[in-house]
Amino acid sequence: MRKNQFTKTNLAWLLVIIGSYLLINVLISAGVINKIYQTVMLTIGINIILAISLNLIIGITGQFSLGHAGFMSIGAYSAGVIVKMMDGAPSSVYIGMLVGILISIVVALIVATPTLRLKGDYLAIATLGFGEIIRIVIQNMKITNGAAGLVLPKLIDWPVVFVFLVISTIVIVSFTYSAYGRACISVREDEIASETMGINTTKYKIMAFVVGAIFASIAGTLYATSFYVIKPEIFSFNKSIDILVIVVFGGMGSFTGSFVSALLISVLNTSLQSFADIRTIIYGALLVLIMIFRPQGLLGKYEFKFSKLFDKFAKKEVRQ
Amino acid sequence: MLKIEDLNVHYGVIHALKGVSLEVKQGEIVSLIGANGAGKTTLLHSISGIIKSTSGSIIFEDNDITKRSAKDIVSYGVTQVPEGRRIFKGMSVEENLYMGAYLRSDKDGIHKDLESVFERFPRLKERIKQNAETLSGGEQQMLAMGRALMARPKILLLDEPSMGLSPLLVKEIFKIIIDINKQGTTILLVEQNAKMALGIANHAYVLENGKIVLSGLGHELANSPDVKKAYLGG
Repeated sequence: MRKNQFTKTNLAWLLVIIGSYLLINVLISAGVINKIYQTVMLTIGINIILAISLNLIIGITGQFSLGHAGFMSIGAYSAGVIVKMMDGAPSSVYIGMLVGILISIVVALIVATPTLRLKGDYLAIATLGFGEIIRIVIQNMKITNGAAGLVLPKLIDWPVVFVFLVISTIVIVSFTYSAYGRACISVREDEIASETMGINTTKYKIMAFVVGAIFASIAGTLYATSFYVIKPEIFSFNKSIDILVIVVFGGMGSFTGSFVSALLISVLNTSLQSFADIRTIIYGALLVLIMIFRPQGLLGKYEFKFSKLFDKFAKKEVRQ
Repeated sequence: MLKIEDLNVHYGVIHALKGVSLEVKQGEIVSLIGANGAGKTTLLHSISGIIKSTSGSIIFEDNDITKRSAKDIVSYGVTQVPEGRRIFKGMSVEENLYMGAYLRSDKDGIHKDLESVFERFPRLKERIKQNAETLSGGEQQMLAMGRALMARPKILLLDEPSMGLSPLLVKEIFKIIIDINKQGTTILLVEQNAKMALGIANHAYVLENGKIVLSGLGHELANSPDVKKAYLGG
């Protein structure tokens, strides 16, 4: 019975994925989604990948990271440099992505291993420093063209971002609902209790951090190859805070929340562009209001699940 | 079964345990009583491998577990019910219990143990899908104990199971402890409620400022004038 329901929810999700892909395609060819909206869509997709990967670290595992933009810049510059080296061949995106992932894994391990052995928010300080170090390193390297940054051809469009968005979501959500994910949640809830259950807390904290870093790096590659220009200043501390805001706004620990909030914030940012002067004021005021009235974020820890929906229908049928 | 010899633990410059030695034999209930800050929790944490000791040895069933990781120690059969219950608040009762069996992979055995936990704590079964946070203090204590039993421990370390519970509930919890012991699990009990703890113990130890100052049979200590004066109120 349980197994049966499982495939039913998977089927429903598959339909949602294919359906939304087709819908976007139709809307684009019908001219409803114009070039500007397409750019917004790219931003939304990349922001969602960034938000859910940070949510895995902060919301699920309870470790505070302030260096997500750092991993994003590793992915962006790895791709940027390799695209330049290969003269913009289409395959260079994926080679660059792979290189970015490998570098991110190594760097994430170096940052996390000493700090995550400790209990407490040492990771926040370490990642804060790491983000700035990465930015300064990139600013002073020849291969990255220093502060001027790299100008790249546009190599990917929304279908690629869409595919990576789907892959990222599936991997991160499956991780969360696996035995590893449960261990991560138990670390968030109570580290000492986790240890008395025989859970190696350091291992799972590092694991979540590395997985988060990998997807931040992928998002960086997608950013670099769809927005023409990358500069060190794009990946400053402010960018890390932007991603953090999306996560907190949507609800720490809720991936549905990250989706909704990435969507809302990206749309908000774009629609406020015409009021450039007061944009940050409105944005800031909105965040303050949210934190006053919904301190747990828009959705708290709620997750949308088809299985819940099916259960509801099943119960209704029984009643009738 | 569990033998601790000359154990020393430091927190920085603070000497928390000063040469503690104690022994728990198979099938016994051993109680350790002492005031706040005596080092009771520190002792349990060092047995569980959460705190590393500076010197001394902890032997469990011929294995030296002094320097082993918390994970290895649980897999040897030593499980702790930590002070203040420390249940996983974001999870349901059922998920909490499954977390207890985290290191096990025998699905049938886990299922059987889940049933026997529900038999022992029927109230947990009533609340199986409920968020653990919504349980009362007594139920949370039962959940913490059930969760530890899911690891199928050979020895159960209980840290202040009576903390913050009404006298009636304390009696119930102690009845359950005796019952768990009768079914073959050895118990090391750390308590401030000296009367109850000494009442059910085969052997007992008194810890003061990081040192064992008294030890003996449970009823002997309960009748000793020193213990009476210091812990039993007369």
